[in-house]
Formats: sequence, structure tokens, C-alpha cells
Amino acid sequence: MDAQKVLNLAKLARIEMGAEEAEKLSNEFGAILNYVGEVKKVEEGNKVDKFDKEVYATRNVMREDGEPHESGLYTEQILKQAPAREGDYLKVKKIL
Amino acid sequence: MIDLSKLTIKGARESLRKKEFTSRELTQASLSLIEEKDGNIHAFLEVYDDVLSQADEADKKISAGVDLPLLGIPIALKDNMLFAEHKATAGSKILNGFTAPYDATAVEKLKAAGAVLIGRTNMDEFAMGSSTENSAYGPTKNPHDLTRVPGGTSGGSAAAVAANMALGALGSDTGGSIRQPAALCGIVGLKPTYGRVSRSGLIAFASSLDQIGPFAKTVTDAEIIYNTIRGLDPLDSTTVGEDTYPHKKEFEKIIGVPREFVEKEGIGEETKKNLEEAIEKFESLGYKVVDVKLPSVPYSLSAYYIIQPAEASSNLARFDGVKYGAHVDGENSIDDYFQTRGAGFGPEVRRRIILGTYVLSSGYYDAYYGMAVKAKEAITAELRQTFRSVDLILTPTTPSPAFKFGEKSSPLEMYLEDIFTVHANISGCPAISLPSGFSGKLPLGVELTADLGREDNLFKAGKEFLGE
Repeated sequence: MDAQKVLNLAKLARIEMGAEEAEKLSNEFGAILNYVGEVKKVEEGNKVDKFDKEVYATRNVMREDGEPHESGLYTEQILKQAPAREGDYLKVKKIL
Repeated sequence: MIDLSKLTIKGARESLRKKEFTSRELTQASLSLIEEKDGNIHAFLEVYDDVLSQADEADKKISAGVDLPLLGIPIALKDNMLFAEHKATAGSKILNGFTAPYDATAVEKLKAAGAVLIGRTNMDEFAMGSSTENSAYGPTKNPHDLTRVPGGTSGGSAAAVAANMALGALGSDTGGSIRQPAALCGIVGLKPTYGRVSRSGLIAFASSLDQIGPFAKTVTDAEIIYNTIRGLDPLDSTTVGEDTYPHKKEFEKIIGVPREFVEKEGIGEETKKNLEEAIEKFESLGYKVVDVKLPSVPYSLSAYYIIQPAEASSNLARFDGVKYGAHVDGENSIDDYFQTRGAGFGPEVRRRIILGTYVLSSGYYDAYYGMAVKAKEAITAELRQTFRSVDLILTPTTPSPAFKFGEKSSPLEMYLEDIFTVHANISGCPAISLPSGFSGKLPLGVELTADLGREDNLFKAGKEFLGE
């Protein structure tokens, strides 16, 4: 991964980054990606036992939409943490 | 003066019940020790200003004859857990000044059990690291040797308990962040089964791996905290109930040791010798120790360093300088994001966000993330099948005792610190680190892993091992 690629990814991730840091990261990523790429050596499939569905700890959990709480109950508590607000709105710079 | 070094949660509860001392006296003893030692150790980022009033509340209840598992006991919280109206920063500058609007479920449960929440402890920024060197607020030092790291990411919680500044603490464990610092600081650390403890109010890092768990001086104390914080929670839909993992095997005192894996991973001589001693000790306690083959498990760390940064890169997208936390002004709205995130996130967090963005990007997704998810399934199945014939798997917790500050010079070297802990997060299985002796003055730890939902096996074997 070259430094330009790192800068492109930083842009996608909305992180301001200088050329020096991008260069340093690109040098480190070689070793890291090499190591994590080993993962493809795991033989999958035949070892996975299908006899119980609950073999995995992570699964999708769905629920019906429930009754929401009373409107405005937590508004002040949440908005108190906002860096900038106007009334009950978060305040940001003009977009258009 | 109360001697905290000799006190356990269980013992302190007995003394409080018998009125040998009050919670205020106990809490004051903790505060004095923090005052005396924490200037050097730096386990705490903040001691809460309402600690003594919490202790007085507990004393009122004790006087009224109330008996609760943690009533009047000083407990520390990792800095990534919300305690309403108190600060929480996850060791990051981007949350500097943030005040929690509500309680994490685990915190609420501690409060309901009467705990005195003493303060928030230092951690690697957003729980990324293995030494607390990545904290934006300076590192924590190992109480056994101030020139060495306490481990991480919950290094502050581990150091606080090891230095007797708190009788117990909560940590979070995504790849070893409770067990590794517990081992390096010479105490007990438990990562429960994935979903056993609600993460509502835990600042999210990698959501398919994160789990909250206790630090304590004994297995008995860890179990007391665990029983307090566990349980189904409508606010965290990944929590599991008592029936989610039906027991597949009766406990028969059989321990599996994956020797091939352990010996391949370049562990130190002291650590190797210590593992052999632990095996002998278990055998003398009537355990049958057998060799097990786990060909997929060594790839857990590779899978982990794909899945975890991928999830972190999306979880940390919420820090935008708009809703809460720090804000750095830019030229326009989108530049606000760049400036806020550019200034707020430290080097390791940036590294992982970039790595996560990369492994999820079009063209690389199948080669990295897709393969990692398949490996995760294979590793889980391999472990669960092994647990049909053994009750526990025994390994060292870490490849070596506590290392010096700055010793791990490349990111990959630091990542390898999780080699023996990360399988438990990848599979969701519970695991505990037990103090198992010393190399010089530095503590060593061994780790037991059990099948999903089998914390009971960890507690049984852990108590026997430590003679409780």
C-alpha cells in the first residue's frame, strides 16, 4: 500500500493527514497485511459441524418496532453534550 | 488503618456486615492509597468527587440491615463505561470534556448492588493497544515495576486492583484487554461469554468482539462481580440468557493443552516453565491434562486484525464533532469532520481506521474481510468440538511477562501480545487469566478457556488452582 493510497483512505475516513504520517503508515501496512493475509490458510467448511445451530456466538437479532418513549424526554440531556446547538437543534455550518 | 493489601471483596463484605469498619473508612483507605501511590502509577484518570457521599449512602443501608453483594465496596471503572453525570473519554482527546448522559447497564447493576464507584481508570485510546501507551492522557505504570507496562488496554483497572487502590474493577476485552493486563499485574481477569454482560453504555470498539468483565484479586471476587453485572438486557440485543448455550458436557476435570500452538509462538523460557508448573499443579489437584490439536486457532490473530479494525472504522465514524465530544473548526462543514477527527484521534486509532477502511473497500473485501469471517466460523467450530472432550483449554495468557515502555517498536510486535487471548473473542468463548507465579518480581499468568456459556468451569478450576 503506497502513501497515496493511505491518503485516499484517510480522505474516505474523514481524517486530516499529512504526507509524513501517510508514508510511515504505508511502510507499516506491508507487514501487517502480510500477517493478516495468512487467514486464507484456514481450511474452512468440512470442519464446521452443522449439528447445532447455536454453534456461533454472533447471530442476527431482530425485533419488532416497539413503542417509542415519550418525545422530548431525553432531549436536554443529549443536546447538552453538543459542541454547538440552536434551541433543540444541533448547529452545523451551512452546506448549500 | 485498614490494610487493603490483605482485603478481598468477600472479606470486606464480612467486615462491613460485622461493623468492623464502615464503607466510609474503607473508601477513605482506598483514597489515601491513591493519593500515596497513584502519582507514580497513574492508574486513575479521575477519582470521582462524590465517592464519599456514595460510601455514606452505603453505610446508611448497612445500618438499616441491607445486605447486597457489593454494598460499600470501592470498585473502579474503565474510562470507556458511562456513569451518568460523570466524565468518560475512552482514553481519547476526541471525548475530552464529554459527560455521560446515562448509566451503562453494567454500571447501573454495580450501583444496584451497592458498589462505591471510585473513579475511572486509564486505557489505550478506544481500547486499541496492549500497554496503555496509547492513552491520550499518558501511560499507566506496572505496580510491580514502574519501568514496565501494566498491559492493556484495561491497564488502569488492572494496576488499580494490583496496587490495592480498588478491591475490584471493570474492564472491557476485545482481544485480551482484561486478561493480558491481569496477567502482567498478577491478578485475576475474566472475559465472559460474548453477550453475557450488556454493552449498553460501553463506548463501542469492535462490536462482534467487545465484552465487559471483572478484575479482582481472587476468583471468588471476580465471580461476585460477574454475577452482579451479567444478564439479558433489552438495551443490548446481543445479550444471551441462561438457556442460550445448553451444557453439552458434564464437568470431568479434563484440561486440554494445545502444545503445538503454544510452542510455535516463540514464548519465553520462564513462561514455558511456568506453564509446565501450572500443568503439574492441575494434575496434583486431580485434573487430567491432555494434548489437543487446534490447527485453525493460531489464525485467530490474523482474523482478529481484519474484523476488529473493520468494525472500529465504522463504529468510530460517529465521532464527528457535531453530536458530542471535541470539535475543531474547519473551513466548511466537511472540513469540520477532517479537522475534528484529524486532531482528536491518536496514531494507533488512525492506523486502525485506515486499515479497517482498506479491508472493507471494494476489491479487497473478499480477500480480507470475507476470509476472516470464514476463519472465524472454522475457529469457533474447532474450539466447540474440542470442548466436547475437554472442559477447559490451558495456555499462557501472554508470551512473556510485562515489557518495558517503548519496547514494542512496531505495531505488529504489539499486536502479537494478543496471540493467546484473541481466540476467545473470535469464538465468543469465556476465558480467565489466573496469577501463576513470578519471573523475578514480574507476575506471570495462565489462561483457561471454556465452551460458550461455561463460566462455571472457569470458576471451579480457577478456585482450585488458587486454593480458594
